Formats: sequence, structure tokens, C-alpha cells
Amino acid sequence: MDYMIRFMQIHESFRQPETEALATLAGIPLEWVFYSHDSPFAIVRFPSTTDPATAARTLITRSILASAIYELWGTGLDYPSLHQDVRQRSAPYWPLHSQHSFRFEIDSFQGSHTSSQHTAIIESFAYMAFSGPIRMKNPSAQFVVFEDFLLDAPLPHQLHLGRLVASGNRKATLNKYTLKKRRYIATTSMDSELALVTANLALAAPGKLAYDPFMGTGSFPLACAHFGAGVFGSDLDGRSVRGKGGRDVRSNFTQYATSPLYLGGFVADLTNTPLRSSRCLDAIVCDPPYGVREGLKVLGSHKPELQAEVFLEDGRLAHLAETYLPPKKAYSFLRMLGDVLEFGTGALVEGGRLCMWMPVAGATAEEEPKGVGGKERRGGGGEGGQEGGAGKEEEYAIPHHPALELVSECTQHFNKWSRRLLTYRRLANSCIDENEMLAYQAARLILQGENGVGTADDLNSFRRKYFRGFLDPSMPRQHEKLPHTY
Amino acid sequence: MKLLTLNFLTCARKTCKSTAAAFPLHPKDAELEQIEIDMNPLFVKNMLPRLEWEAMKTLTQELGLPALPAETPAPEELTTEDGEASQVLKDLHVLLMETSVASGKLVCGNCGHEYAVKEGIANFLLPSHMV
Repeated sequence: MDYMIRFMQIHESFRQPETEALATLAGIPLEWVFYSHDSPFAIVRFPSTTDPATAARTLITRSILASAIYELWGTGLDYPSLHQDVRQRSAPYWPLHSQHSFRFEIDSFQGSHTSSQHTAIIESFAYMAFSGPIRMKNPSAQFVVFEDFLLDAPLPHQLHLGRLVASGNRKATLNKYTLKKRRYIATTSMDSELALVTANLALAAPGKLAYDPFMGTGSFPLACAHFGAGVFGSDLDGRSVRGKGGRDVRSNFTQYATSPLYLGGFVADLTNTPLRSSRCLDAIVCDPPYGVREGLKVLGSHKPELQAEVFLEDGRLAHLAETYLPPKKAYSFLRMLGDVLEFGTGALVEGGRLCMWMPVAGATAEEEPKGVGGKERRGGGGEGGQEGGAGKEEEYAIPHHPALELVSECTQHFNKWSRRLLTYRRLANSCIDENEMLAYQAARLILQGENGVGTADDLNSFRRKYFRGFLDPSMPRQHEKLPHTY
Repeated sequence: MKLLTLNFLTCARKTCKSTAAAFPLHPKDAELEQIEIDMNPLFVKNMLPRLEWEAMKTLTQELGLPALPAETPAPEELTTEDGEASQVLKDLHVLLMETSVASGKLVCGNCGHEYAVKEGIANFLLPSHMV
């Protein structure tokens, strides 16, 4: 039997990858019979599964972007063809439900009916001869007629009849995790719906370990812990980890009763990470700073006087003082993405996943001499940000690493810009192309140069060498500016 | 920060990372905290092979906690014959999941740099001359 997934008509490009991730996690073979970004109704099959109903139920429980899954009892372009298909496909199943309490409803996408039309549609299925009681609350069998209308069309162009197998927990989960009710958030907290979808794509699950190197207020670790994974995180900005007045990352875990899964947070820089070199993470989930508002920073300084120990007036070492704040220097966004991929390669177990957000387009200041263009300055602070003189924006290529396979690429569109969620899978060492890896490592070494500091000019070759050109012609190119919140 | 997490952390300096002396970090003036939580046998079982057991032993010794078995416990040691949590698992749970460093310092055995831990949060930021 085929199954119908009732998706939400939002974040369309995330829907299939989420469902596929959940199938991978549960080891369910999944085949798409019908899927379209323009429809909330998708049809799937579970080939060579002995218990497809259980597979369907498992698939939907964790889904954030699908609300329910149904047995597909029929499909058609209009009501006569639907009825014909229902007779063909589902007649053998009618007697199974003939005595059960049941209910019929209509789910119209972009369409509506008067109540008399509604009743007439439901009564047109009378030939199925269900003699059990009609019960609106908790019936044994729940049937839904799905109507798919094109916008403003008078008649639906696609119809389905389904019997409910299982509903997901989307509503309750979103209601619980909404940022509106979260005790501790910041301007850049990831919206809870997409954080949970990200955790699904990362295959977060009980017994697994996930890490967020740009934790902020903990949106991703919280989402991964919701699905049972042990989590920890870090951030370059200690203030975000520590919080204030009892509102901190830990208090968020307490709020959602997942603090047993929170292994701790610390203050650290990804380019100087304290994580030991060992492949012990099942997932890395992150939304690296886009470097617009503050300019992207890493530890270090270009000032010559800071390259040796600095003493305070009283003779003590400056960096040992209680109030010491380490200097930070500007860093390239694209180089940092490369660092995240390299870090992921070294830290993920085989099959482990890296989920990383990035803007689709942005300034490429390093491609132009500073100050050229004279367009509006981006970034409020103006303090040392490398975005300073940028005027030009272009679509970023999708970062590539020989040890990581791109699993999915999802785009979230905003009014004036968009961003991507990239999901990678750590390949087995035996599956990595050796020559490609050698070339990649060599290129990285050259880039790092002395003291691991590359100049802005290096970034051109960085782009050429590390990023595989990628322009999907079907995707509208975004040339808009990032909002000031990032 | 839970003791489990400490087992994944070493000195943040690039020059130290490759040296054996930098790991594990040594607690100094450490104040421990123990919070009782529900057991998570699957998680502990999955983490065991990822732990550096020698470092775990060093840490418990330096913190004055009960000694650990000589080798990483095998998965079958975590349950009793009736499928219940064994004493080994219970002890590991207390050590790895319930015990955390609330404050103090973590010292690198190679360069001697001290990382401060305050309110359970360690600070691994480095001054410019150490980057």
C-alpha cells in the first residue's frame, strides 16, 4: 500500500530532506511516488518493509514539517476518477473497518466548500458501506478527503482519500519550544521550528552526542536534546553562554526538562578549539555568525605589541588578570565555513552529520579593494569588520570537503534575503578520494601561511580551491542585503 | 561542565594539541558539584568507547574520587544478568553524568596555561601571543 504524507505548506525545500533523514534514522527504506513543492500532499512507499504501518508511524512521530501520515485509499484528478480508484485500491480493506466507529472529513488546500457541498462529498463515499457509529472524537477509523486546488482555481486538480495511520507531534512540540515562551533568547536565536528540523536532519537521537561550536543561547543543542541526544556547545562570546540574572543556556535546558542531556557549555573559538582531535561526535549543528553586524571574529591580533606577553603596570601578566579580555581579529566568513568543514571531518564519527546554516548570498569584500563602490556600508559597528567597504553581493558557492558528502541543501527565503541549511555526512575513510584529499590539505596549508594567518588576498584562491562552483539555475538568485540582526 | 565533557577537552593552543602532556587537563582548586539525574544507560554505553580511559583514571585520581577499573568496562559489564543496571554502570553514571566541575582551573600539562572555570563554564580563550 502507498502512504500519503500531509506536509505543512512551509519551508518547502526542507520537507523531503527531513522525511528522508527520519527514514535514515529509523532504517526505513523510503521511495517517493509523488512530491511537489507546490502541494502539501506527498505520496510515499516503503518497499520491502514487512510492517509498513509501523514504518509510517515511526516516520511521522518526530516530523516537524509533516503533520500526519495516511494509508492512501485512492487518488484521482476529479471525483469520478477518485471513486473509481478508491474502489480499485481499497475495496479489500472496507470490511476491516465496516463495524468500527469512524469519521470522515475534508482537507482542502487553497479551496473551500459550503456545508451542503461538504456533506454531499462525504456521502458520495456511501458505497464503502461502513455501518459502525459515526464518532467525531477518537473514532477507530478516520478518513480524510484531500483536495488540492491551484490558487484561485474553482475546482481541485488533485484528490486523495486517506485513512489516518498516525499524527505527528508537530503542534505540541512547536508550542513547547516557541521562542516566545523561552526564558533565555537573543537577537540571533534560531526560530524553534527550523532548529528542530535541523536536529532531525542531524539525526539527533538517544545515545548520540551533538556539539554546537556557535551555541549562542543554545537553540540547536536544545532541539537535539529534545530528540534525546546528549549535547554540549561553545561560543566565542562568553556572555551568551553565561547569560545574566539566572537566564542562561542551562536555564533553557531546565525549562524543557532536558538538563540531564546538557553536558555543558564553554567559551572557545573554533579556530583554536579545545576539543581533542578524536572522532567522537555524532553530529555538529551550527549557525555560524554571518559577520554582518559585528564583523566576524576569531582569537588573535595583528598588532605587533600583542604578539608577546603583555605586562600590566604592577608587573603582573595581563592575560592572567580576572578581567582580561583576549583580543579578537577580523576573519573571513568563507574561511570560517572551511574551518567548520575541516573541524567536522576531524570530529565526526563515520556517518556522523554536520548541519550548517549559511546565507545564500553576501558581500564578497575580499574580491574588491577596500572602499570601492561607495555603496551603503553594511554592518553597524564599523570596527575592523572586513565587510567594511563592501558593496557587491553574490551567491556563495556551497563549501565542499573531500571527506564530507552533501546530503541535502535547504533554502529558507525571507523577504529580502535567504539562507541555506547544508547537511553533510562524514564518509568512511575508505571512501575518500586520496588525491582530492591531498590536494585539499595542501591548499589549506598554503592558505594558513605563517602563524595560521592568511591575508585577504589568500581568500581568492581559498574560494577557487575549496568551494565547488554551484549555481542551481532553478533557484532565484538573491542579491538582497542581510538584515542587521546577523 | 560534566566530567564526561572534560574527557573531550584538551589545551586550546595549537602547539599543545599534538603533545601527549597537554591531555588531560589537570584540575586545580576544583570545586565539584553533584546533581542527581536519571540514568541514561544507552548514552553511557555509546560514550565509553569514545573516552580516553587513561585520562579518565588520571582525572578521578587527581580529584580524589574512587578509583576506576584498569580498563574501559565492556558493554556487557553495564547490565546484570537480569538486564538491570550493574554497579559498574551506576558508578560510571555518577562519575560521568552527575559530577561536574563548578569552579576552579584546568591546567595544561604541557604549557602550564590555566583555564578558569566559573559557574561551571570553562573559558578557553587565549591571549594573542598564544594563538
